[in-house]
Amino acid sequence: MRGLMAFLAGGLFGAGLLVSGMTDTEKVQGWLDFFGAWDPTLAFVMGGAILPMLAAWRVAARRQRAVLGTPIPVPADPVIDRRLIAGSALFGFGWGLVGLCPGPALASLSYGGVEGLVFLAAMVAGMIGWRGVDHFRAVPEAM
Amino acid sequence: MIPMDWIYGLIGGLMIGGAAALYLLVNGRIMGASGILGGLVDGTGRATLAERGLFVAGLVGVPALVALAGAAPDTRITGNLGLIVLGGLAVGFGTRMANGCTSGHGVCGISRFSVRGIVATLAYIGFGAVTLLVVRHWMGAV
Repeated sequence: MRGLMAFLAGGLFGAGLLVSGMTDTEKVQGWLDFFGAWDPTLAFVMGGAILPMLAAWRVAARRQRAVLGTPIPVPADPVIDRRLIAGSALFGFGWGLVGLCPGPALASLSYGGVEGLVFLAAMVAGMIGWRGVDHFRAVPEAM
Repeated sequence: MIPMDWIYGLIGGLMIGGAAALYLLVNGRIMGASGILGGLVDGTGRATLAERGLFVAGLVGVPALVALAGAAPDTRITGNLGLIVLGGLAVGFGTRMANGCTSGHGVCGISRFSVRGIVATLAYIGFGAVTLLVVRHWMGAV
């Protein structure tokens, strides 16, 4: 049941990304191009996505657990640290450079050609790279 | 007259938010693409491997069915492999460092009025815009 629901949520996410046009790198770069031919489509996508989630968080606030028994995730400590800012800055740089973020990179895998595959491989390498750096930072005594 | 792209954007956005709401209220998870995939590839999500794997299978598989039917749009991605590798590395490293991307910090964070989500979103949009300004308008690439 849990797996089926995860598959359905992932599928609906992918279909939504496709319908919204957000697997089109030109449209994403158009949104970030505030100093050129600015394309506001992404704001409609983000606004549309936030609406159901506003309702979902209201429902979640009245419950301890999700339908399948998992506790509703507690909010992270509201800490604005260098890790959050530097990570987001780095993400924004790569996002602007190519026009893909992790969701659309996966959703477009089947039709994004070799370039899409290379992007996904590099993204996965970056994720594993962070894990390595983080592990190294977390256990300096293991040196 | 509202451009059709904006209407499709809104409809697609509602679907994305619906997926996130489903994942939160039924599975009890935050629908963040970088976190779900990251835990799958770096070994930190071992306890929830099947759930992560099936989420990614749906995310890749449903658009693949649309593509099989010949209805998938072009991604219009750059042909410059150097830029693609650099961008991919930055997106993978950065989203894991910041603990979230457009779906986790953006969709799920902003809707919870999470200060971290809002700050992260302002940062990646800001740096993305600066990147476009420098790389597209000053250097003439992308």
